[in-house]
Amino acid sequence: MVKLLLAQDHQKMEKMARVTTALGSNTISGCTMFCHLDAPANAISVCRDAAQVVVAGRNIFKIYALEEEQFVEKLNLRVGRKPSLNFSCADVMWHQMDENLLATAATNGAVVTWNLGKPSRNKQDQLFTEHKRTVNKVCFHPTEVHMLLSGSQDGYMKCFDLRRKESVSTFSGQSESVRDVQFSIRDYFTFAASFENGNVQLWDIRRPDRYERMFTAHNGPVFCCDWHPEDRGWLATGGRDKMVKVWDITTNRAKEIHCVQTIASVARVKWRPERKYHLATCSMMVDHNIYVWDMRRPFIPFATFEEHKDVTTGIVWRHLHDPGFLLSGSKDSTLYQHKFKDASRPVDKANPEGLCFGLFGDLAFAAKESLISGGGDSNRKPYGSGGDRRYPIFFFKKPDLTEQFAHESSALSVFETDLESSRMDWFVKTARRYLLSGKPFGELCDHNAKVAKELNRPQVSTTWTMLRIMYSDPGNLATATSISKGGSVPLMNSFNMKEIAAGGLGSESRLDRGKGEIRQDTIHLDPGNSLINNNDENEETEGSEGPADYLFGDVELEDDDLYPMEHENPTAEEAEYSLPQEAFPLRHEIVDNPSVPEHLQDKVDSPHVSGNEAEAVCLTPIKSFSLISISQPLYESHLPASFFSPVVREMLQHYAEAGDVQMAVSVLIVLGDRIRKEVDELTQEHWYTSYIDLLQRFELWNVSNEVIKLSTSSAINCLNQTSTTLHINCSNCKRPMSNKGWICDRCHQCASICAVCHHVVKGLFVWCQGCSHGGHLEHIMNWLKSSSHCPAGCGHLCEYT
Amino acid sequence: MNVNPESIGSSNSYQICNNCQKVLRKKEKGMRIPRPLTSGPSAFIPEKEILEATPVDMHTNLLLLVGDYSSSGQLNHLTQVMGLHPQYLESFLRCQFYLLRIDGPLPQHYRHYIAIMAAARHQCSFLVNMHVHEFLQIGMCLEWLNGLDFAPQRLRNLNEINKILAHRPWLITKEHIQKLVKTGENSWSLAELVHAVVLLAHFHALASFVFGSGINPEVDADASNRFQDVAVNNFCVCDLANDNNLEDFLLPGMVDSVSELEALMERMKRLQEEEEEASQEEMATRFEKEKEESLLVTSGAFEDEIVPVSNVSRFVSDPTFGYQDFARREDNLPTFRAQDFSWDDHGFSLVNRLYSDIGHMLDEKFRTVSNLTYYNMATHEDIDTTMLRRALFNYVHCMFGIKYDDYDYGEVNQLLERSLKVYIKTVTCYPERTTRRMYDSYWRQFRHSEKVHVNLLLMEARMQAELLYALRAITHYMT
Repeated sequence: MVKLLLAQDHQKMEKMARVTTALGSNTISGCTMFCHLDAPANAISVCRDAAQVVVAGRNIFKIYALEEEQFVEKLNLRVGRKPSLNFSCADVMWHQMDENLLATAATNGAVVTWNLGKPSRNKQDQLFTEHKRTVNKVCFHPTEVHMLLSGSQDGYMKCFDLRRKESVSTFSGQSESVRDVQFSIRDYFTFAASFENGNVQLWDIRRPDRYERMFTAHNGPVFCCDWHPEDRGWLATGGRDKMVKVWDITTNRAKEIHCVQTIASVARVKWRPERKYHLATCSMMVDHNIYVWDMRRPFIPFATFEEHKDVTTGIVWRHLHDPGFLLSGSKDSTLYQHKFKDASRPVDKANPEGLCFGLFGDLAFAAKESLISGGGDSNRKPYGSGGDRRYPIFFFKKPDLTEQFAHESSALSVFETDLESSRMDWFVKTARRYLLSGKPFGELCDHNAKVAKELNRPQVSTTWTMLRIMYSDPGNLATATSISKGGSVPLMNSFNMKEIAAGGLGSESRLDRGKGEIRQDTIHLDPGNSLINNNDENEETEGSEGPADYLFGDVELEDDDLYPMEHENPTAEEAEYSLPQEAFPLRHEIVDNPSVPEHLQDKVDSPHVSGNEAEAVCLTPIKSFSLISISQPLYESHLPASFFSPVVREMLQHYAEAGDVQMAVSVLIVLGDRIRKEVDELTQEHWYTSYIDLLQRFELWNVSNEVIKLSTSSAINCLNQTSTTLHINCSNCKRPMSNKGWICDRCHQCASICAVCHHVVKGLFVWCQGCSHGGHLEHIMNWLKSSSHCPAGCGHLCEYT
Repeated sequence: MNVNPESIGSSNSYQICNNCQKVLRKKEKGMRIPRPLTSGPSAFIPEKEILEATPVDMHTNLLLLVGDYSSSGQLNHLTQVMGLHPQYLESFLRCQFYLLRIDGPLPQHYRHYIAIMAAARHQCSFLVNMHVHEFLQIGMCLEWLNGLDFAPQRLRNLNEINKILAHRPWLITKEHIQKLVKTGENSWSLAELVHAVVLLAHFHALASFVFGSGINPEVDADASNRFQDVAVNNFCVCDLANDNNLEDFLLPGMVDSVSELEALMERMKRLQEEEEEASQEEMATRFEKEKEESLLVTSGAFEDEIVPVSNVSRFVSDPTFGYQDFARREDNLPTFRAQDFSWDDHGFSLVNRLYSDIGHMLDEKFRTVSNLTYYNMATHEDIDTTMLRRALFNYVHCMFGIKYDDYDYGEVNQLLERSLKVYIKTVTCYPERTTRRMYDSYWRQFRHSEKVHVNLLLMEARMQAELLYALRAITHYMT
C-alpha cells in the first residue's frame, strides 16, 4: 500500500518536473572525496541531474563537475577585474527545472540570476537590488520555471518573475529579519519563512497582504527550515537554541511531532531522500560535523560525517532520490562528497548502560542484555525495553544493515537497599551533638568521644580520646583525666580489644594504620599490655620512621625550650586575627575562632603547674610496673604536639577518604592550629566544602554556619558573608527602606515597631504572614499565649507555630 | 595581608590630574573658564532635568529595579542618568547583575578586580571607586588593591588583552588567546576567559558612557569605610566636570541650531525617499572614505601625550598604549566583515556555549538598545529614527573596522555632522578626553535624554565591536 502510494507520487514528481532521470536506470556512483576551494564556502547547490555542484561564498563562485573519483572545476563565475559585492554570496540555488539557471543572494542585498547558456564569459543574467539589507536566502519554485523567492535581513520576502525587471510581490515579516524561505514541494502556492525572532510563517504566494499562519518554533532565531519531500504536512526547522524540530502543519495548530537536541546552533537542515524519518544537519558554530538523525531516536545521531576542519556551511543531498550521497561545503575551504556507507556510526561507540540512584537509596542499572547473563538473583528484576522500534522504516526494500539503527535491548536491574543500613542518622546526631568550640580542648575531645560512643561508633570515640591525650599538655591531661575518670576507663577497654585484634592479624598494612593507636598506647601505659609487647611495637615504629628518632633526641635536650616556643604562636595568631576587624565593617563577628583564647589560656597556666602534675599523672599508673618502662613513657608524655602531626594527618586523610568527612572537619576545627598547618589548604577547603554541603542537605543550617564560622580557611569563611543583605520595605508606606536607621525616609515614621510594647524592634522581629503585624519575639509569644487575635488590633487571628 | 590605608593615601597632597593643572594654569593667565555643573548625577545634564524626567511613580519603579539588581539598593549617579531610559536600564542592570553576582566561571572578587582593571584603562575613577568598594565588601585578597603588581600572575596575564580590547581591539589574535589558555599553572579555562572578556568589554563600554554623559563621582557622605573615603578624596574629583580641551573650539559654521535640526530631518526624509542607486564601486569606496575620514576627525589639540597621574594608574600597566586609528594606512589591516562573523549567528552561540545564558542577556540588551525609540526628535514627534540609530551604530563599527556589506556608508556622511562625529569618536575611542563642550556642541536642539540615548547606542556598539573581535579570536583559537 505504502509502496504503491510512493510510487505514484514518484511518478507525479517525475512528470511534473519533466525530468528524464530515473534512478532505476542510471544509478549514481562515487566515493567519499573532496577538493580544495580557494576560499571559504557559504552555500552549495546541486544540479538536477546530480552531475554538477555550484559553490558560492564571499570570494568564490564556481561550478564543479562530480566525477567518479574527483571533483573537476568546470566554470568560474567570478569574472571581471574588480569583483563587486554582488559576487559576495550568502546563498546559492540551482534551478531544479532548468539546468542553466542559477540564483544567488548577495550580502549587499542584491539578488542575482545567472544563465549558464549565455555565450559570453559573464553569465550574469538579471540583477534585483530591491532589498535594503543582506539577502539570506533565495529559493526557486520547484515546478515553476520563472518564479524566484528571496528572504532578507530587512524583513521582507520578495517574489520575482524572471521575465520581468522587478519583483511581482513583496511579503512583509513585520520588521523581523528573514533567515530562510522555502517553497513547499507539494503545495503549489505555499511557502514557509523562518525568522530571527523564532517565528515561522506560512504564506500563500497569491496573498502578499497577510501570512496564512504563524507559530513560534524556537527560542531565538530560526536559521533554517525544510519541507519533507514526501509528507506534505511536515516541516523541519532548526534554530539557534540547538534544536531541530519537526512540525505537523496539517492540523489546526502546528504541532511539534519530533524534536532533536543537538550540541550547537543548527545552521542547515535537509531531509534525507527516500528515508522518511532521516534528516541531515550542520551547525553554525563550534561543531564541525554533519549529523544524520533518525527522528525517532533523537538522543544519538544515526550517522556522522567528521571530515571538515571548520564549520560546515552548506549541505545538500546529491540526488533527489538517492539517499547514499551527501555533498557539503565548509569554511575550511573544502568541498566534500560523503558516501553514506563511509559515515561513522556513533551508536557503535556508545555505551548503552545507565545507572541511577533512587530517592531512598535504591540503585537501578540498565545494561545490554548480553552483558547481564541470567544471574537469577532474587532481588533482580529484569525489564525489557526498546522492543517497539524493531521494524525497518520501509517495506519495499530489503532491510539493509547499514540503513538500520542498531537495536539494543537492555536488561534493567533494580537493587533495593535496606533502609536501615544506609540511614544517615548517626551523621545528623553527631553533627548536632558534637561540640567544636567553647570549652577547653580536653573537654571538647571527651565530649565528642562520649557522643561517638553513645552512637555506637567506637573507633571514632577512641580517636577523640587519643587526640585529647596526644595534644593536651601534661597539666591539662591530669585535670581532664581526674574529672572524667569514670568515662575514660571503659574507653580504654574498648581500645585494648581493637589493639589486640590488630596484633592478631599481624598484617603490615593493618599495623601501619594502627600506628597512631599503638603509639598512643605506649604513652598511656595501659595495664593490659605486656611490657615486651610494648617495646616491640616501639622498635618497629622507630625503625620505620626516621623523624621519630630525631624527635626523641630533641625532646630530651630541649624539654624546657618547648614552652616558650609555643607561646609565640598564640600571639602571632592574635595579631593576625585582629587585622580584618579593622578592615571590615563589623556587622557580626567574622573571624572568630573561639579555640584561640582557650588555647591561650591553657598555655598560660600550664608551664608552672606542669612539672608537678605531669609527674603525678605518670606516677599513678606506673606503680605496678618495673622502672625500665617508666623512663620511656615519661619522655613521651612530654612529646611536643608536632610529633604526632604526621600521624594525625594520615588519620584525617583516612577518615576523609573513607567518607567520614565529618570526622575530618570536626577534628580539624577542634585541633585548630595544632594541626592546621600540616594539612594543605586546598585539601582543607575541600573537606570543609563537602562537609558544609552535607550539612546543608540535611538542613542542619546552624551547624553548617558554625562550621563556616570556625573554619580558618578564608575561602570558607567568606561563605557566610555572601548574600547577607536583607531588603526591607517600610511597614507604613510599603516603600523600600534605605539602610539607615529605623526611620523610613519617606513617611518619617518608625518602621518595625513591636505591636505589643510599641518600641522599635532591634533584633529578632517576628511577624504574622497574614496581617504582617509583629514585634519582639518574646512579646508576641507571650501575647499569643493569652489571646489569639493580633496584638495590633486588626482583628486577624494570628497563629504562632 | 591587609591593605594599609595609609599606603594609598601616602601623601597628604591632594593629587591634581593633568587636566586640572592645565585649567589652573589657564586660570592664572586670566582666561575665562566655563563653570562646570558639578551638582547632581551628571556634570553635563542639569539635575533638574533628570528629576523632571523621572516622575515619582517612575522613580519608585526605578528604585525597585535597582533594589533587585544591585547590592546597595541605592540609586547611584549612573543609574539615575541611565534611568532616563528605564526600558533599557532594566536589561542593562539584569545583565550586569548576572555578570557580577550570579554563579559563573569566575569567583566574585575576580569579577570586580577585572572591572577595576577595565575601567582603569580609561582612567574612569567613577567605576574604579565603585568596584574597589565592592571588592572591599567581599573582603578577600585585599592586597590586590595596592595595584596590578600585587595581583596574581593569572590576572596580570589578562592585562594584555585588556589593553588591546580597550584601545585597538582589531589587533587581537588567536595567539593572544592561546597565551592565556595554555600557560601551565596560570592558565585560564575558556569559560573563565569568556567571562573575563565579557566583563572587560562591558566595563570599557560603560566607561565610555560614564565619560560621555559626564557622570559625577559619588559623594557618599556617611561612608563608614575609611578606605573608601581616602580613595575618593584622593582622586581628582574634577576629572569629569572639567574642560580639558580649552583651546577655543570653533563649531563648523556656527549655524543656527533650529535650522540645523530642520536640515537633518530634511536629509533623513530625502534618504528615505531616494531610490537612486549608487554604483557598486561607489558603495565600496564609501566605507573606505568614511573610515579614512574618521582619521581626520579628532577633537583637536592633544599633542601633549597625557600619561595619567591619578591613583587609578596603579591598576594599569603599559599606560602609553592608547588608541590608534584603525584606518592608518601603513599597516593595512583587513576589514572585519560583519556578515562573516555576526553577533546573532556566531557571537551569541559561542558566548552562550562557554558561559551559559549570558548570550541571552547580551542579546536582549543589544536588541533593546537597537529598538529603543520614542518616535520623536527634539520637538518633532512621530518620526522614524531607525535610520539615524543605524547610522550611529554603524559609524562606531566603521571606526573599529567592521563593515556591513548591506549598508550605504554615504548615509553616515549625510546624517552625522562633524561635531557629532568628533563626539562619537572621542567617546568610543578615548572617552577620558570627553569634555562638556563636545557634549554641548552637537544637536543643540535635542533633549538631554536624547543625547543619553545616543550615548547608550555608542556604548552598546562599542561593546559589541569589542566582543566580536574577541570572540572571533577565540573561535579561531578553537578551530
